[in-house]
Amino acid sequence: MKELRIPKKKKNKLVKKNEKAKKISVLFLSPSILGVLVFFVIPFLVVIYYSVVDNPINHSFVFFDNFRNVFFNGAFRQAAFNTMKFSVIAVPLAVILALGLAMLLDSKIPFRSQFRTFFLTPMMVPIASIVLIWQVLFHYNGMVNDVIGLFGAGKIDWLKSDYAQIVIIVLFLWKNLGYNMILFMAALSSIPKDILEVAVLESAKPWQIFLYIKLRYLSSTLLFVTIMSLINSFKVFREIYLLTGSYPYNTLYMMQHFMNNTFASLDYQKLSAAAIMMSVVMVILIGILFLTESYFGKDVEG
Amino acid sequence: MTFRKNTLSGTGTALSDRLYIKKRKRRKRRTFEKRAIATAIAAFFAILFLMPIVLTVTNSFMSASEISSNYGQVFATTDTGGKTYISKKVNLKFIPDIVSFSQYITVLLKSPDYLFKFWNSVILVVPIVGFQLLVAALASYGFTRYRGRIKEMIFFIYIILMLMPYQVTLVPNYLVSDWLNILDSRWAIWLPGFFSPFAVYLLTKFMRRIPVSVIEAAQIDGAGEWQIFRRICMPLCKGCMCSIAILIFIDYWNMVEQPLILLSDEAMHPLSVFLSKINSGEIGLAFAVATIYMVPTLLVFLYGEDYLVEGITYQGGIKG
Repeated sequence: MKELRIPKKKKNKLVKKNEKAKKISVLFLSPSILGVLVFFVIPFLVVIYYSVVDNPINHSFVFFDNFRNVFFNGAFRQAAFNTMKFSVIAVPLAVILALGLAMLLDSKIPFRSQFRTFFLTPMMVPIASIVLIWQVLFHYNGMVNDVIGLFGAGKIDWLKSDYAQIVIIVLFLWKNLGYNMILFMAALSSIPKDILEVAVLESAKPWQIFLYIKLRYLSSTLLFVTIMSLINSFKVFREIYLLTGSYPYNTLYMMQHFMNNTFASLDYQKLSAAAIMMSVVMVILIGILFLTESYFGKDVEG
Repeated sequence: MTFRKNTLSGTGTALSDRLYIKKRKRRKRRTFEKRAIATAIAAFFAILFLMPIVLTVTNSFMSASEISSNYGQVFATTDTGGKTYISKKVNLKFIPDIVSFSQYITVLLKSPDYLFKFWNSVILVVPIVGFQLLVAALASYGFTRYRGRIKEMIFFIYIILMLMPYQVTLVPNYLVSDWLNILDSRWAIWLPGFFSPFAVYLLTKFMRRIPVSVIEAAQIDGAGEWQIFRRICMPLCKGCMCSIAILIFIDYWNMVEQPLILLSDEAMHPLSVFLSKINSGEIGLAFAVATIYMVPTLLVFLYGEDYLVEGITYQGGIKG
């Protein structure tokens, strides 16, 4: 026993060495932290500051005036409403359809890996390359209208009517389903097989297995997919811009359009207020999703 | 099962066994039908997913006159914006009448504008992929070793930053670029790209899965921090780095927002932005340019599909 005790001096040395290593590990972090501070955190704090002063030269404190101005701005409201509407429709669709596709590939069908490749390809293709064909497909005299015509529906001017959002939703789904599907497939394959086998032995119905076992195990993935889809749904400006330019049809006027047009006039106050409102909404949404997840998914670890 | 098989191969089959066989056959047929339906649905979706890509590629082999006669009005009307529709049909064709490479010849040899834009894309994206990985590799090692409360908090900030949409992050980006006087230069896109928290987050999550015992063993053998990082963590993370590189590449190859706001000089815009501005006179070229723009990502996909899938899988489960 006596020999095993570490002499005090030596222990100090070890601790010292550890301390040194700790410092070195901070050194590893420093470039990234420095960059993030300079390019994201500090300017964001400045943005917060800008959002509560009246202009960058005067610096007089106006509290919520900027927010009020932005909030009652017609363009902002339109943009916020359109973005929200789009997200509310597109995100659940993206989650549910992707889950469906994942289950489809999870069942024993032939050519599974080929199908996976096919579903994943749209993710790789830059939107800019595909916009052309989208314009051709959804043109007034285009193929989609022809197909609809077969079912007796009238022609629709897709990009310049209230149906415009449908076009964008289809494009969004086309682009994002593969990514979501991969996430679901990974989650599905990580469900313990013995539980599923027991369920089958206990003659559980397929829908019971799905509802009570699979969904339980998928809950954290569901959360992640929802968050990612939500974020991607805010990025949909890209598609809209490439399809229709800076001034699209009313229902396609998104948050990013508003930001871009405000950038053009360099109204820092408006920009800052809008950015902060958006980030607050984001944080709240993500917080809600996390809370629901920890409420529902706490009994399965994985 | 074995018991039943034995009785089946025996002389007499009991009634219950015959019933069992019947049931099994029926179930087999039903699963076959189910599988056929599932395959059909999958095939339907696959066609739907691939069609736009295939169409773009095949149409790029049409001659200019064929394209303008087929789709001319599509792009003419988008320019005027008015409802000047001709009752003429838009002829969507899967296979061109005459396969011609004239588009490609024009794009690659005669009009250098597109190649310049393509080069712009390359020059914007490649440094970002490289440096973001480098910064992230160092940082994620820092996050993995000696985890403490402060580091966890910083990491949480990284996650929140990663989740923020462009609409939020672009305003700070713009401000910094303005202060540093790098607005309208490529640095305005490069620098925020280098330090984007995305790669840090993913790589840290992967590196934390390396068993502590491996690192400790190296430490006992006398390896310094740099050696552990260089000789142990990096080789183990190679696959993950590939996945992240692919994810970053796709994201930035596709970028539209950043150049629109941060680069006012259109000569520096990448092809992704420029493609949407092709005027109707050159619409014949557009498909060829679009196809050329797709090629790098499709090549990456071809060689790195498994890495990509792996990378997406790491992303799942945000709490790690």
